[in-house]
Order: sequence, then C-alpha cells, then structure tokens
Amino acid sequence: MAKSLFDKIWDAHVVKSIPGGGLDVFYIDKHLIHEVTSPQAFDELEARNLPLYRKEQIVATADHNVPTKNQHLPIEEPLSRMQVDKLTENCQKFGVELYGLGHQHQGIVHVIGPELGITQPGMTIVCGDSHTSTHGAFGAIAFGIGTSQVTQVMASQCLLLSRPKRMRVTVDGELRKGVTAKDVILYIISKLGTGGATGYFVEYAGSAIRSLSMEGRMTVCNMSIEMGARGGMIAPDETTFEYVKGRKFAPKGEEWEKALAYWRTLYSEEGATFEEDLTYFAEDIAPMITYGTNPGMGIALNASIPDNVPVSEKVSFDKSLKYMGFQPGESLLGKEINYVFIGSCTNSRIEDLRTVASFVKGKHKARNVEAIIVPGSKLVEKQAIEEGLDKILAEAGFELREPGCSACLAMNEDKIPAGAYCVSTSNRNFEGRQGPGARTLLASPLVAAITAVEGKIVDITQYLN
Amino acid sequence: MDKFEVLRSAAVPLPIENIDTDQIIPARFLKATSREGFGENLFRDWRYDSEGSPIEGFALNDSRYAGKILVAGKNFGCGSSREHAAWAIYDAGFKVVISSYFADIFKGNALNNGLLPLVVSDEMLQRLFVQIEKDPKTELIVDLPAQEFYVPLWEERVSFEIDPYKKECLINGYDDIDFLVNQKEAIEAYENNRPWAY
Ligand code: SF4
Repeated sequence: MAKSLFDKIWDAHVVKSIPGGGLDVFYIDKHLIHEVTSPQAFDELEARNLPLYRKEQIVATADHNVPTKNQHLPIEEPLSRMQVDKLTENCQKFGVELYGLGHQHQGIVHVIGPELGITQPGMTIVCGDSHTSTHGAFGAIAFGIGTSQVTQVMASQCLLLSRPKRMRVTVDGELRKGVTAKDVILYIISKLGTGGATGYFVEYAGSAIRSLSMEGRMTVCNMSIEMGARGGMIAPDETTFEYVKGRKFAPKGEEWEKALAYWRTLYSEEGATFEEDLTYFAEDIAPMITYGTNPGMGIALNASIPDNVPVSEKVSFDKSLKYMGFQPGESLLGKEINYVFIGSCTNSRIEDLRTVASFVKGKHKARNVEAIIVPGSKLVEKQAIEEGLDKILAEAGFELREPGCSACLAMNEDKIPAGAYCVSTSNRNFEGRQGPGARTLLASPLVAAITAVEGKIVDITQYLN
Repeated sequence: MDKFEVLRSAAVPLPIENIDTDQIIPARFLKATSREGFGENLFRDWRYDSEGSPIEGFALNDSRYAGKILVAGKNFGCGSSREHAAWAIYDAGFKVVISSYFADIFKGNALNNGLLPLVVSDEMLQRLFVQIEKDPKTELIVDLPAQEFYVPLWEERVSFEIDPYKKECLINGYDDIDFLVNQKEAIEAYENNRPWAY
C-alpha cells in the first residue's frame, strides 16, 4: 500500500504495539529540554529512583526565562535565576549536554536544533514545548509533550502514543510579492480555525511550500499547533539536504552518503491516504495580520474584521474584540501601534533579521514605536553582527537584544504594557501572552518592519515595487 | 496519582470557547520548579484584577458555583503544552473537565495527572450550561468503570470514550512511566535493530 511520509517515519519508530487499544510504544531519537518544563521531570526521575536512560540523546538549553540584556551578568530576577540554575544543576548531575546562558550555541530550543544540524530528516523529536513542530520542516516527526512525558522519555526514550490521523495541506502556485511563509501559515490557520486540525498530523505540500527556504518552512511547521495539529511536516528535498550539510552535528563523509540515501526515500507516495486533504492557492494569499485573541483570527492586512460570526461563537468573539479594543467590521489600516516585537521560534532566524534590516536600511522607526528585535540564538546574533545588520538596525532605531524567547511569552522582563498594541512576529496572540493586558497582532517580519517605520498599520503594497 | 472511580459533584461552568493554557495558567507563574501550588493562580487574569482583587462575575469567584467538575466551552486547553495547566486545575480541586472538544496535548497531560477530560456532544454541553445556570447545585455523576456520564435529574445516561489502557491507569492510579520502564527489553531490542540509527 502507498505510504505517506508520516507513516513511513511513524512505522520505523514503533517498538511494539499494545494489543487491545490503539497505543504504540513509540521511540524518540532526540529529546530537547529547557528550564521551564524539565525540573519536575528530573525530580520525578529521582523520586522513582530511575536512571536517565539515554543521556546522549538529550540536548538542553536555557531560553524561555532568560533576560535579553546583560546575559553575561547573573540573572536578576530570583525565580528565573533559580529555574535556570536548576537546569544547570540537573544537567551536571545527569550528564546532559547543556547550551546554557553565555554558551556559543545557546538560543531558543527550536532555533538551535536545526542550525546545529541536530534536527535531521526521518527523526522523531520531542520537547516539552508545543512549537516542537518546527523541526517537522526537515521531514521529521516532531511534537510537543507535557512534563510527565518528558519524564517518560528520560526514563525509557519512549512514549505511549496513539497514531494521529493524517492531513495534507497543499499550497499550489506562486506566492505574490510581499507574501511570506508567515502569511501562508496565518492564512491556513484562519481557514481551519484554532481547533481545525486537532487529532491530525499535517503534511504541507505543493509548489508554494517547495519554493520556501528552510527558514520559511520552519515558520510554517512551527505554527501547526495553532490549529490544533499534533505537528506539521514537509518532505525533505534538495533544499533540506543543502541546509543540513556541513552543520555541526550533521553526518559526515560516508555517514552522510548513507543518510542521504535514506532521506531520499522520505516522501508521501502517490495514492497515500490522508483522512483530510486540503488545497489552497498561493495567489489567494495576501499579507496577513491577526485582530483577535487566537491565531485563527487572522485577515488580509487590508481586509476588515468580520461582522457576521455564527451565533454559537458570538460570546467568545465579542469577548475577544473587547479585549483587543476593536469593533466588528472595522479595518485595521491606520491603527496606531506602540510596540513591534521581532523574535520567537517562529521568526527570529537570520533570514528574518535580513528581511527586517533590508527594509529599514536608511529609514527610521516612528517616534511612537518601541521596536525590539531578539535573535533566536547566539549563532544568529553572531551572523547578524558579521553581516553588519546590527548597525543597520541600530541606525533605524531598533534595539537588537540577546537571544531568548523574550516577549513571545513574557516570562522575563520583556513585557508589553496593558492596553498597548504590539505587532509581533511570534505565534500567539492569546490574552496576556505578551504581558497582562497586552494586545498582540501577529504578522510577518516584513509587515512588522513596515509597521515600525510607519508607526501604524498600513497597506504594505505601496512598498513592494 | 489518586485512584478514580465514581464521582458525584456539582459543576463550575465556563461557557467560553478556545480556552488556552495561557489563560489557565499564565506564563509568569511557570517559574516554580515543583508541581505544587499552581491552583492558586488558576485562571489568574480572569479571576483577579491587577491589584489582586477578585473580578466579579467570573465563575470561580461566584459563590453559587462549587464542585469537582469544570464544564468548559469547546476546544479547551489549546495552545502551550505546559502541563502546569493540568496541575493547576487538579490542584484547585477539580477531578473532571467536561467539554465538547479538547486540544490533544492538554488531554494527554490531564490523563497523566488523574484529571479526566470528558467529551460530550456540543448539544449536551449547551444543555449542561443551561442546567447549571438554572440550578448551580445540580449534581453530575461520572462513572469511570462504566464509562457513563449522567445528570440524575435527566433520563438518559451518555457513554463516553476513553482508551482502555488509560482507563485502567486512572482507576488504579498507575501511569505510563511504570509501564514504559517495564518495556526495557523490547526497547533495547529495537535499539539494536533500528532501520536508521541517529
Ligand atoms: S519563542 Fe515563544 S513559542 Fe517559541 S519556544 Fe519560546 S516561548 Fe515557546
């Protein structure tokens, strides 16, 4: 029978199936951990007197909670410091490789995996973080897990899972000018809704997806969880192999040839089954922005907020608009914006920084805007400096910070004040996500950069010629 | 993990859709390194204003509502994978969450912590909201061994689905770690025979 990419990788990782129910003992190749969702897992392991089963398959970093200024100094906030120290302590005790604060490989867990070549096609990858789906861009099965599952993987390198259903989302055609990977995924989520892919694992396919760089593919897969999907993936191709080749932990020499031969078998065969198979057209996608408090509430930048939602959704919809301070039927064009945040595991890679720098070069941010740009990792930061992007950004009035999750989830001091509007390249516009009362509008790095310069939301098409 | 069999309780209604785990427990409360005490900050920003005073009208602050069952709008628990969300709900004294739809990761996290996510139809969910509004003391019964849910006031019993293995775990207070650690032999055999080893 014709197999899908997902099934090929899933089947290769089933240790055994449990008779009766639909559960598999499922093997995990790589386990990424960070300071927020691992302490209780290490404690549990110790409480049960269990050894760490395969420590060489774990990589740790500190990202969620770290300050993005003065990383060379001790962390000021006591609770954050304690959590980061606890990670260091646990990694030393259990012998886990740690890219902690100040390490040249430190960064957001979903940025460092790919850039170090840890993430490879055909793998199974988990992390106590829902955006683990990012790694699916390489043709891997990657998904977020809870802390109990973190303990399970630590204890056995396995999880007990039921196989999700398969969904394929095809985007065919050529993307219009100014339309980026972020717009593609915001568009798909706006069509499917926040729960539209719950229970599914999504494969993205089609010529528009193929045409994306690895950075763009990661942006797409990253936000799969925002429509409820267990994960997202893209079949590996020359773009993927080119990206992985030569990276620190990528296979080398003969190993590389062997790996490549295997990776070339990873695609969905003609006639493979998908419980859900959807197609969209690239030409229909415009630069996007969100107006509400979940990522499914997105519209084309120059469209209006809907005013005819179904009765059953009315209460939640009204609550959302009230929080955002918007009216049904209203256009967002001309809205004044106070903050622009460029960062997060969705859009903090070198390509994103280049996009922003190339737009703001020779321009300056508007006076009413505070523009923060947080690179995804130490390596991205280093490269940005080598390319002189830091100077361009500084001249344009953008503040380039040190790597971390930052205002994506506002666990550190990078918070958006209550009531303020922030155009953000991150992935969640939930109430209070960027700080209590903060109002988030999700968009691409290009839209964010233009907004920073204009000080308000504008139709970006005028800039594209 | 506590054992779960039959639960009789009144319920607390939250008729809001797409409640994400950032609302259940905001990120700034995730700095603890233990599992305890998250209940205090359950729905923090819906429950208290910036001065820490209870916000009137929110169900958890409403003395009419009490009980071990939370009834919430569809697509409950979407967003972040933080297990702290399940811990907070459990820590606040809930044993069951009823909705017409749960996000996957939340569902798994809940089950791993003795919290039962119970799926009912959209129509049943609306009926429940109406009933609880009418009489907040209405008793609901969740019978896990029989996989049945009912409101004694009503005629019918509804059966609900749960994976047989997960059901055993809840009833006996076991979890997946015990199970997986016992699979060592199979896991090692697999590791020695992987089609592709990374
Ligand atoms: S950047 Fe945001 S979404 Fe990504 S891992 Fe960090 S907190 Fe999570």
